[in-house]
Amino acid sequence: MLHTIVVYVENKPGVLSRVVSLFRRRAFNIDSLTVGRTEKPEVSRMTIVTDADEDQARRIVANVYKLVNVLLVDDVTHHPALLRDLALVKVAASRETRSQVLELATVFKARVLDIASDSITVEMTGGEEKVDRLLELLHPFGLLEVVRTGIVAMRRGAKSPSVTTKAKAAGTVDDGTVSYSV
Amino acid sequence: MGSSKATEKADSKAGANAGEKPTTMTGARILWECLEREGVKTVFGYPGGAILPAYDALRHSSIRHILVRHEQGATHMADGYARATGEVGVAVATSGPGATNMVTGIATAMMDSSPIVCITGQVGSKLLGSDAFQETDITGVTLPITKHNYLVTRADEIAHAVREAMYVAKSGRPGPVLIDITKDAQQSTCELDWEGAAPKMRGYRPDLSPAKEEYEKALELIRHAKRPLILAGHGILVSGAEHEVKAFAERACIPVALTLLGLGTLPASHFLNLGMMGMHGEAWVNKTIQEADLLLAFGMRFDDRVTGNLKTYAPNAKKIHIDIDPAEINKNVKVDVALVGDLRKILLELLPRVEPGNHSDWIEYIRGLKGDTAVRDIQNLPDNGHLYAAHVINDLWHETRDRDAIIVTDVGQHQMWEAQYYKHERSRSLITSGGLGTMGFALPAAIGAKVARPDADVWVVVGDGGFQMTMAELATIVQENLKVNIAIINNGYLGMVRQWQEFFYDRNYEATPLLNPDFVKLGQAYGIRSVLVQKRGDVVPAVRAAHAHEGPVLIDFKVEQEDTVYPMVAAGAALNEMIRRPNPLIETAEDE
Ligand SMILES: Cc1cc2nc3c(=O)[nH]c(=O)nc-3n(C[C@H](O)[C@H](O)[C@H](O)COP(=O)(O)OP(=O)(O)OC[C@H]3O[C@@H](n4cnc5c(N)ncnc54)[C@H](O)[C@@H]3O)c2cc1C
Ligand SMILES: Cc1ncc(C[n+]2csc(CCOP(=O)(O)OP(=O)(O)O)c2C)c(N)n1
Ligand SMILES: [Mg+2]
Repeated sequence: MLHTIVVYVENKPGVLSRVVSLFRRRAFNIDSLTVGRTEKPEVSRMTIVTDADEDQARRIVANVYKLVNVLLVDDVTHHPALLRDLALVKVAASRETRSQVLELATVFKARVLDIASDSITVEMTGGEEKVDRLLELLHPFGLLEVVRTGIVAMRRGAKSPSVTTKAKAAGTVDDGTVSYSV
Repeated sequence: MGSSKATEKADSKAGANAGEKPTTMTGARILWECLEREGVKTVFGYPGGAILPAYDALRHSSIRHILVRHEQGATHMADGYARATGEVGVAVATSGPGATNMVTGIATAMMDSSPIVCITGQVGSKLLGSDAFQETDITGVTLPITKHNYLVTRADEIAHAVREAMYVAKSGRPGPVLIDITKDAQQSTCELDWEGAAPKMRGYRPDLSPAKEEYEKALELIRHAKRPLILAGHGILVSGAEHEVKAFAERACIPVALTLLGLGTLPASHFLNLGMMGMHGEAWVNKTIQEADLLLAFGMRFDDRVTGNLKTYAPNAKKIHIDIDPAEINKNVKVDVALVGDLRKILLELLPRVEPGNHSDWIEYIRGLKGDTAVRDIQNLPDNGHLYAAHVINDLWHETRDRDAIIVTDVGQHQMWEAQYYKHERSRSLITSGGLGTMGFALPAAIGAKVARPDADVWVVVGDGGFQMTMAELATIVQENLKVNIAIINNGYLGMVRQWQEFFYDRNYEATPLLNPDFVKLGQAYGIRSVLVQKRGDVVPAVRAAHAHEGPVLIDFKVEQEDTVYPMVAAGAALNEMIRRPNPLIETAEDE
């Protein structure tokens, strides 16, 4: 099944390639990966969607944690979470079909960004399935160009685990214990 | 970059307590100064343009530099140094080809969790990315084979990188760390802020510990086990848990099987020590694993040379896995309880709570399993004029057992015979490349071991094939005046590959016969005392003479050419499906 894993990393050069290299080396698959800034300038945040069973997902988390620049790994798959994908979609739209395309956009709450004589470009943000559905419905009109960002994720409520950005001196015993019961 | 910010902050702090006088020096001097303060006494290296500023600054340092003959050698030496002591070994090379020559040694250290730090020169920071002369993206190249690596472009980042690298290499599950330092970073000057450069890490969790309830589950399984078995691995040695493992095994009365890299962590002569498990492990050990009802894996990672076919592995056993690396849990073998953390700490928790056990029936049963398989038949053969590798190893063991000996093996048949016929009584008395199986490892790793432990008797046990991969380091031995003894197990073949061809490829000996140089003359060319031994009766005198000689000695043991390592679990077969040695007398007759 698809697992959605949020990875908080130090905002340093090369960290993205370390994460990606790990996935490649361990033959973990990447369905989508996004990376961006957060509320803390020294922390970047990745959302990785990967096709993995529970055991594999646990191994992925454990392996990602081994990267020295990784601060926190949170598999949000089994937590209530907001998952959002953004797509820019350029659809062929002649004078006859234009209104149908616009109607679909309205129903899906997609923003119309550009209208040209023979095309319409809309921006769709939503859960992955909703974006899929819109694309499916627009398909018959002719999809000229599609780009999607991949999923970004955030837990619902105030209960996201917090990232310690405080530096630990070498040899400090980690406060966390781990439970790997099976 | 975050690290430079950290330095600035720490700078002001250090100024406030004014504990240490900050001194302005070049990055090159800072490099050696920091290594020295980290306790490094020796580095193994090879110079070149991009690392020359560092070499120039070496004259200000008390660090001993050992000039190698190939950068791969430098990495194996650092590795051998680390495995002999547990301390970080350090290797140095220039950019480009110097750095890429290190790749094999780094991968070897990675696979066997050996703490080394590799320092490479890099082209000037302004030239990065321009395909400048001898520019290689070595941090990119080594990304998947280092525990961590650093590209340092400024003098004021060097101290931090060195201190953090030493810490990362050694802490948690150890491994190789590489620091790539641009030439201008070595040349420019700044103040050394030692305190401010102390590793302060925001991520990185090397020191986990198990949750309370996991201990309970483990104790419960141990309490109910009737046929328990400890699988002793390399992690025991890394953790320094030899004493605790022995105490645990004795208290709970549980027999112990060892991995190749675990050999020596429990004395071979200990009544609970069954011997090595796995592909070329003892037949009764593998049978015991298959019949056990509880496996306690102590710092071992269920390598495929250990488990054979995973589908049929230890089908009746519950499993408890103690390992410092959570990523090892359920990787190959699904376990029932996992205790994640440092083995020694965990055993210290378990020890007072584990009930004294009595498994004498089980132990008696295992003794029965040994049956005829425990007989080292080859040793009982009358001397028929043939010299077998097993004889050589056995005699070498006899002659070194009462000495403080370290045996460093290469990879191949001789490595397996060493594991089977040399009875290791002490931890760190065997150094061998297990996970990567790197031919050419032995000679340089032995140099590292000898430098680390000058009082130990260091013996290289190496095949005629692997020896030729790094034999250039003979010159290093001579130049550095090191007493390293070399036993070449010369069978005229890439023996282990020939064995696979014998079993699985219709005896088609494609590309495995070796035309070798005269190793005696070769050794002599380096000024090394070298002798040829072809008869069983000459083995002991040759070993004794080597011990008596002050300098290094090379012995070319011409052994039986088409001998085979038994028993063997073919790759992918179940552990109990072993290929056994046919009647040795018949086999020998066929050879004639
Ligand atoms: C030709 C050839 C044949 C071989 N045949 C065999 C064979 O027959 N039998 C055999 O056993 N091997 C064999 N090997 C070696 C095999 O490939 C593996 O290298 C070996 O089995 C690994 O042993 P290990 O798991 O004990 O050590 P490692 O691979 O070094 O693993 C050590 C484990 O301990 C953990 N650890 C480290 N520090 C700590 C700590 N402080 N606390 C707790 N855990 C810690 C690590 O995380 C890791 O999981 C062979 C190799 C070659 C080249
Ligand atoms: C660098 C490297 N190349 C190839 C191999 C594959 N290999 C494993 S054992 C072996 C033969 C080793 O021959 P030798 O050194 O003569 O030792 P023997 O097996 O004869 O004792 C080879 C080629 C390897 N392990 N390492
Ligand atoms: Mg050979």
